[in-house]
This record gives sequence, structure tokens and C-alpha cells, in this order.
Amino acid sequence: MSAQPKLPMYLASNPRLDRWLRFNDDGTATVFTGRVELGQGITTALAQIAAEELDLSFGQVRIVGADTTLTPDEGHTSGSRSIPEGGPAMRVACAEARAVLLAAAAQQLDIPVSQLVVEQGRITGADRIREVSYWELPHRELLAREATGLVPVKPVAHYTVVGQSAARLDIPDKVTGQPRFVADMELPGMLYGRVVRPPSFGARLQSIELAPITGLPGVVHVVRDGDFLGVIAEREEQAVNARKAMIAAARWSEPGLPTDAHDIYRYLETRTTTDSVIMQREDTASLATATRHFEARFTKPYIAHASLGPSCALATFNANRIEVWTHSQGVYPLARELAQAFELPLESVIAHHVDGPGCYGHNGADDAALDAVLLARTVPGRPVMLQWMRDDEFAWEPLGPAMVVKTRASLDAQGNIVDWSTDIWSNGHTQRPGTSVISVPTSSLLAAWHLDKPIARIPQGDPTMAGGGGIARNGEPLYDLPNKRVTAHRVEELPLRVSTLRALGAYANVFAIESFIDDLAKEAGADPVEYRLRHMKNPRARAVIELAAQKAGWVPDQTSDGTLGRGIGFAQYKNGYGYIAIVMEIALEPEFRVTRVVAAVDVGLAVNPDGIINQTEGGILQSLSWTLKEGMMFDRERITSRDWETYPVLTFSEVPAVEVHLIDRRDEPALGAGETPTGPTAAALGNALAHALGVRVRDLPLTRERIIAAME
Amino acid sequence: MSLTEPISFHVNGAPHSVQAEPDTPLLYILRNDLKLKGAKFGCGLGQCGACTVLLDGHSINACDTPLWSVAGKQVTTVEGLATDGQLSRLQQAFVDEQAVQCGYCISGMLMAATALLATDPQPDSAQIRAALDRNLCRCGTHARILRAIERAVAATAESAAPAVALGVQP
Repeated sequence: MSAQPKLPMYLASNPRLDRWLRFNDDGTATVFTGRVELGQGITTALAQIAAEELDLSFGQVRIVGADTTLTPDEGHTSGSRSIPEGGPAMRVACAEARAVLLAAAAQQLDIPVSQLVVEQGRITGADRIREVSYWELPHRELLAREATGLVPVKPVAHYTVVGQSAARLDIPDKVTGQPRFVADMELPGMLYGRVVRPPSFGARLQSIELAPITGLPGVVHVVRDGDFLGVIAEREEQAVNARKAMIAAARWSEPGLPTDAHDIYRYLETRTTTDSVIMQREDTASLATATRHFEARFTKPYIAHASLGPSCALATFNANRIEVWTHSQGVYPLARELAQAFELPLESVIAHHVDGPGCYGHNGADDAALDAVLLARTVPGRPVMLQWMRDDEFAWEPLGPAMVVKTRASLDAQGNIVDWSTDIWSNGHTQRPGTSVISVPTSSLLAAWHLDKPIARIPQGDPTMAGGGGIARNGEPLYDLPNKRVTAHRVEELPLRVSTLRALGAYANVFAIESFIDDLAKEAGADPVEYRLRHMKNPRARAVIELAAQKAGWVPDQTSDGTLGRGIGFAQYKNGYGYIAIVMEIALEPEFRVTRVVAAVDVGLAVNPDGIINQTEGGILQSLSWTLKEGMMFDRERITSRDWETYPVLTFSEVPAVEVHLIDRRDEPALGAGETPTGPTAAALGNALAHALGVRVRDLPLTRERIIAAME
Repeated sequence: MSLTEPISFHVNGAPHSVQAEPDTPLLYILRNDLKLKGAKFGCGLGQCGACTVLLDGHSINACDTPLWSVAGKQVTTVEGLATDGQLSRLQQAFVDEQAVQCGYCISGMLMAATALLATDPQPDSAQIRAALDRNLCRCGTHARILRAIERAVAATAESAAPAVALGVQP
């Protein structure tokens, strides 16, 4: 043990044990996490960690997700960090609580702590006669203390709950239709709200006559504050109808957009950029052995989160107190931004997380919360349920940025890679709440920019490389190459609103790197699996590549007969998190169809193996949807993808068989699983197409039109 | 609000009479008047299937079905699938396969699959996919949803009992 005990980050900032757990009179415990359930199963996995450390059965643990009145502040639930960062905090908090309780039990039972055993919260000595339970001890007083950092956690070898595939806690409600989502909530006297957004980024409201809207059936209040428009009605359909009328009545001026969906890549490459060399490794001796040089350019469009349900929030505004129910990824940062927007002290803002439709990054949830409060402020004391309409979501959610990735490499006479560079053009990948510099009042929240007294838009940001990076996330190939250089070219002008989307820059960067590796393997006359292994010493990376190839029945050096193709993609997410290799098989009938996906995953200790497999399957299929079909369409005026017909996504007929094989490494730290598959999936598909057809498509999505164009 | 005649119909076997504008989408009636929150608002355009319910046994999008059109008919929602607290075979299969991520699409998936199995208790994989093609999932839960439906189909074959019984329950 070190002289200076070090607590996990979020336990250090929230050290009181009773902030993390309490014992209930019914023989259960409730644990409190600053993380939120996004459909990724995280609350179930954290409850497993708590049960394990407290020696409770899984069924004895309840869990409450982020809430400014109840739980620790753990910032945003993002970046696959809940298990790597939130897990240790929960684990140590529970271990410390158990130690405190055992010390009290030892005194009461007159048995040394070292001889006590705990089963389902009952503490006994070896004689099994003297017994006391957590609930019989003065647990409230005992937990009213801070963590010390001096208590060892349970050895992994003793785990009985962690490592098991516990059934997700939220699924029974979700298959029976029980109210579980923000949109399902009801409060007495609740009204329904809708907003009317500008038609495009930068549009200004010229005029709107509100009186006719006010007279529509059920309309309680019409709100105009600068360019922000909203309506509140007694019934939901009345709010929807009034919104339609407001859209028809509003006159806007639109400044136009500086680029469009076809021109965007030229646009990105020709802007003034802020350049940073992310990493550089030099070995001049090996450079001299280079005999052949290659380069390629890859593009990725803006991609929408396109959650199945539009963003939603329920809010009340009463006597300068705000209460909001939200599916935000970070209720504490949201509360701080709401307090700023309404010039209220932070104590006057309460934010509760409630489940929402699937969340894959910074979407419209926080914006909807501000919208709901802006509407609720006009009807003090009455709760307002606000939901965006489908076109609000497509046109205004922050998108995953468009990117250009250029790769260059040199091979020696044996075909080995001796030099590599990645150059990436993109906007920054975050404009999250709470990432603004405090001294300059800016807001990430959409409506704040449109108010009569606007708050300036938060400047674009990009996570540091220590935080995994954004533009350059996974820009460095993990392969052992003697010369490597990665440069991020951040584009400062912002044609469309962007922020974090699952895996950030890693999706495009891994697609580019792993596509290029296959092309280099071909130039070297090597099998793609062998070529990867040739350049990779990391044993865990090798293990997933080998396992995926084996499970897929990979035949080295197999040539395609023109009807079947197979490709592989690999990455270690953030070059420090989970490892994954994916083999994809396609059939040409004669249109191509993805038939099978085989993945091998290593995320260290698997807290909930089935949860990891579920997340991996989901990541693969979501990325397959992006890679086959997706890209926001926009012209020189506005976004034109505004519904599911203009922004098509994967359908059931296009879904391949998916197999995920988990390498459980119980003695390695748990690494987080949610985002690992996105890039490797895209690369595996591109490589399978190249294998079957002999052509390389470097522009996402990999549509039939692009493939035909590449073949001609 | 203008006065309109109440419109009567059955939901999950129980009679209801609702007073609202006749062109009100059924979805809002179910969620806000009858407090049945299982069907979800996804697009309001009949494109995503999150609001799928059954009307006289056929799957429909509640978001673009006007209230007047259900007069005298039988509506079944996800809340009506379980009987006496016993999950339907499909619901149980979704639990067994853990075929949920966020869950926002799931009630629609269950209803589309229920309608399919009511007409064809032994669909093959292609028929299952075709029946679900207008139900979107954004989390990528498709593979599990397909496995869950196939599990329910297999369980039906074993028991030889119908997977679902639609219509008015006593």
C-alpha cells in the first residue's frame, strides 16, 4: 500500500460513503451512482459490483442513477468509462462500507474481524451462532463518514456475482410497457409542449403573428423569446397541431450554408486549420529501407445519432426553482448550464435522470431540458412535458462530424511497413454541457443561442489525448511500426452543429487505417490476418485477431470466386481500452449482402459477460447501419435529411448473423465495451468488398452506387 | 374544445369511451387518456414502428391512425400481452434472450411479432425479418430480437399451443 492512499477519481470527489449507499429496512441496499442507464446495461453491471463487494446477493441490491438530489456527481456517462472509472469508485465505496460495518460487528459479537464471514448481509463468526446483520447495526451513523483509501477490495478470485451474466434490471418493465421513460411520466396538472426551431443553422426569425395560434383549441400559452418559439397546450395533439400552425406562420431569413453534403470534404481540406502532431515516432535507419510508397484518402459524412425517440424532458418552474426530468448523459453539468441560463443559484436547479431512447453520445436530451424549462417558466407551477418532433431531432441534434483521413505508408523490400502517417481533417468532437470555460459565459444548449438575450454558442472543443482524443482518437495504428506520425487538422469553421457520437473520430480513423492495412497487405502479397500479426507484438491484440479468424474459419490467402467475400478489422479502442477483431462475410447475389459477422472481444474483466456481448452486437449492427447507408444530406440552405425516408437506417432484412466471442481476463482491469466495434466493423465490410470485387471504396457509406463507381 | 360525440372501442379487452377530436392520433389517446404508455412516439409519420399496436389483430401504427377509425374495434397494446401476470411467450423470449438495449422500440417489436405469429405460428427467418422490416431499432438489437422471436416460435412448435390469443379477454 502506498503511503498516500489514492481513491478512485469520483470517490475522491464524493468521499462520503452514504453518498454511495444505504441500507433499507426490507433487507436490501440501495446504491447510488452518478452514471446513467442509456440502454447499455450499466446500472445492472454497477449493481453487480456493489453486491459483490458488500457480500450481498444480486437481488438484494437496488440502484439509483444520476440525480442531483441523491447521487454523486460523476460528470457525463460517456466514452465507455462507466465501468473503468465508475466501477472502481463503486467498488471501493462498498468495500469501505463493508469494512466499517464489520468493525462494528466484531465489537458487538466479540469476534475478531479476521474471523467474520458475511453472507447476504448476515455477519457471523466461524461458530455460526453469534450473528448480526448489516441492518441490525447502526448503519446510518456508520456510513456517515468519508472513504479512507485504506481498505483492500475483494480479490477477483473470490468473485461470485461479478463475472456472471446477471439479467438486466430494466428489461421486465420494458417488455411489458410499464412507464419507464421520461416521455412516459405524468405529473398532476401536466401540460404538453412543442417547440418550433429555425429551418437552418443561423436562420433568424423575421416575423410571426402569434394571436391566431393563441386561439387554437387547447392552446394555453404561446412562447416567443427572440428566435425561440414554443407552444403549450392542454392536450398533446393540440400542441402538435399548434406547432404546425406556427411553422406555417413563421417567416425566417436564412443565411445559407457554406458547403453541402457533396462538397464538405473539399471544404474541410481547404479551411484554415489548427494543426497538432498527436504522436510521432522516428527511426531513420528503417526509413532508408523503404522501397515503395502508398497513400490513400478516406471520407466520412456527418452521421446522426438518430435515436428512435425524439428528445424529451419534463420540467416545472416554480418560485424560481427548476425541477427537470431528463435523459441527459450528465445531470450535474446540465443543472449548471440551466442555472446559468436562468441566472439562478445552482441549488435552485434539480435534475433527475430518467431512461430515454437510446443514447450514443451528446444528442438533443440537454437541449430538450432547456426547452421544457423555458416553456414551464411561462406557466409557473404547472409541469410541462416537452418532446421534439422527428424533424427537430434530425435537423438540430449535434451530429458526428464529417471527416477526411489521409494515410501514407512505405514498405520495405519484404513488404513490411516501415513508415506510416495519418492526417485527419475534422471539426472538434465535443460541444457538451459543462465543457465551456467558466469565465466566459457560453452555452451548449440550443435554445440559449436563440433567446432575445442570447448566450453565445459554446466554442467547439475536442477531448484531449489523455481523455482518448476526439479527432485523433485511434488515429495512431496500434501496430509496431518503426516510424509513425499522426496529425490532427482541426477545422475552426463549423458548417453544422456537431458533438460526440459513439467512438468519435475512431470510427473514421479505424476505417481508414484498417482499410489501408489490407491494401498494403495486398501489395505485399500477404494474407490480411498474417500481415496484421506480423506487425503486432501486443499479445492481447494478437489473441483477438487470432480468435476472430479461427471462429470465422478464416482460410489464409483465399481468393474470392466473385460471389463471396470476407474481411477483417481490428482496433484497441482509444489504443488503451477494449480489444476487438471482427471478421465479416458478404455474398454477392448479385447485390451484396452482409451474411455473417464474427467478433472476438477482450475488455479485461467482464463484469457482465452477456451485457458486453449485447453492447458489442449492438455496436456492430449500429456501425453496419452507418457504414452501409448513413450520411446526413444537406444543401446550401439547410439539412434535408429530416425523417427516416431521407435518413434510412438498417432494417431487419439487412441484418446478418452475429457471433461475439468474449475473452474473459479476470485479472485485468475492466475496460468498458460500448464503443469498441464501430471502426473495425466498417473496415471489415470495406475489406470484404475489396476481397470479393477487387475494388476499394474509401468514401463512407459503402453504397451500391459507390461500389459500381469504383468498379468502372 | 369543441364538443364531439364520445368514441367507443375496446383496448386489451376492456371497453373505453373517449371524447376527443375524431382525427386525434390513436397513440395520444392510448398514452394520455388511457395511460397506456407502452406504445411510443417515434416519428409521427408511420415510418419507425415504435407505436405499433394491433387493431382487430392487425399491426398498425398508432401515430397515424385517427381515433374515429377505431370506433367499435379491438385495440391490443403491449400491456395486453401478459395474462394474469404471466408474460406472453414472446415477452418471455425477449427476457430470456435479453433482447433489449434502450427498449424504446421493444413494445412495437413485440406487437409486430405478435401479429405475425397470430397469422403464422411457424414463420421462417425470412418471414420474420419481412414482418419486422418497418420496425426500426437504433441500438442494433436486431440480432437478439430475431433470436427471441425464433425462440418463441420454437417454444410454440414444442407445445403445439397457439403462441398468442387475440381478441376480447373475459
